[in-house]
Amino acid sequence: MQYLLMIYEDEKVWNALSEAERGKFYGEYMAFTADIKQSGHWIGGNPLQPIHTATTVRVRDGKASITDGPFAETREQLGGYYLVEAKDLDEATKLAARIPGARLGSIEVRPIMRVG
Amino acid sequence: MQSAAAIEAAFRRERARVLATTIRATHGDFDLAEEAVQDAFAAAIARWPVEGTPDEPRGWLIAVARHKAIDAIRRRVKLREIVSEQAAQAAGDACDAPSERVAVADDRLRLIYTCCHPALATEAQIALTLRTLGGLTTEEIARAFLTSPVTMAQRLVRAKSKIRDAGIPYEVPEAAQLAERTGAVMAVVYLIFNEGYAATAGDTWIRRDLCGEAIRLGRLVAELTGDAEARGLLALMLLHDARRDARTDARGDVVLLEDQDRSRWDQAQITEALALVPDALRGGPGPYSLQAAIAALHASAPRACDTDWRQIAGLFNELARRQPTPIVALNRAVAIAMWQGPDAGLALIDQLADALAGYHLWHAARADLLRRLGRHPEAAAAYRAALDHVGSAPERRFLEGRLAEVSGSACDTR
Repeated sequence: MQYLLMIYEDEKVWNALSEAERGKFYGEYMAFTADIKQSGHWIGGNPLQPIHTATTVRVRDGKASITDGPFAETREQLGGYYLVEAKDLDEATKLAARIPGARLGSIEVRPIMRVG
Repeated sequence: MQSAAAIEAAFRRERARVLATTIRATHGDFDLAEEAVQDAFAAAIARWPVEGTPDEPRGWLIAVARHKAIDAIRRRVKLREIVSEQAAQAAGDACDAPSERVAVADDRLRLIYTCCHPALATEAQIALTLRTLGGLTTEEIARAFLTSPVTMAQRLVRAKSKIRDAGIPYEVPEAAQLAERTGAVMAVVYLIFNEGYAATAGDTWIRRDLCGEAIRLGRLVAELTGDAEARGLLALMLLHDARRDARTDARGDVVLLEDQDRSRWDQAQITEALALVPDALRGGPGPYSLQAAIAALHASAPRACDTDWRQIAGLFNELARRQPTPIVALNRAVAIAMWQGPDAGLALIDQLADALAGYHLWHAARADLLRRLGRHPEAAAAYRAALDHVGSAPERRFLEGRLAEVSGSACDTR
């Protein structure tokens, strides 16, 4: 099965880290990514630009509206994701627990819906 | 020849095992497996009276249910036309299994761990466990938990679809996770028991049934896992449940442990539990085993005044080390009061004021010790505080009775 591992964290917490601490996280992310590529779990994944770069598009009555935001009401924002192949939910949650960001924020694990 | 009632009884007895194995054949599809098991039961009703009861009814039911499930998978595959490789593979795997001589492995353990998977909400874990492993219908579970059958049915549907769609494995967890996951299973079983035991509300009959179900499940978990703490949990539930008839009087009012008519305790159940306790206590006992040991000391005292409070206080010390919660500390303080006198207990209870000031039993325990010390005006104030926080009517009546007692004797010149 494929799972999307969504990394949620409070950007304020991330920004409050020192340069050295952030560097350590980047290193851990690179090592983790290399590791799950090696083990065959990795399908894709990327970090996202911070929430202030987000734009929301809605189409209502055939008219597209484009707005700044979302203005997150939640404390944690989506900061990146991995798309992985895992045998079942237990394997997926084990991968999720190894993501460095899991120690700062939380990882939402969602199975990919197969269409067709 | 067997009557329909006898077949139904056999089915009730075997349902969980048949279902557990069928779910494995359907690769974790609970709904499909439940339908197939229902069909197998219908087939038994039709065929056993005519053909005679098979030598191994369980094996027969499993073989038929698997067959029905495989048929259904095939039909689905055909229906879809686009035969995705995966589905064909799944059906193929299932067909390859010899359907004549079915290995009657016990799959109930897989079923327990899947139903109590931490990715499911606790209410869903409870409902699913009672529905698949217990003998309760959706309506009965709804009644026990004071919700509508529709709500309960939806909860079950959502849980089953999460198992299927999120890929919750139908497996016994690996060694590294086993202890934690067994702990989650025991927590569900004990929640079911307490729901039945607490009797805060709801239908008495169904609540007693819940205690029975929890004990049955606890027995199963202890038997299948061989876990010492699971034996402790079983003993604990058996000991509490053994006192069920003596816990309330004819009016439904609470009877305290020390005032209970001990001849009304279920001695057969106590004997069974006492035999489990030494084994459960071997090697760093867990919280359930320690509580079972405490309950065992109460159960083996012929009269309330024979209770070995020194040992009980020691066990509460041990429990408080493992579970440093205010409630455990309160129980420990009460045990110490019984062993060393009300003064010692009161000092410990007063230290818990910040944590438990909103809890009626903290006030009630304090009131009781003040009463024993003859400090009646203070006891009366504490009973009044307990009454401010109490929920159930029988407990309220008990506290009001005690309040009247200390208020009366405060002016008593006797």
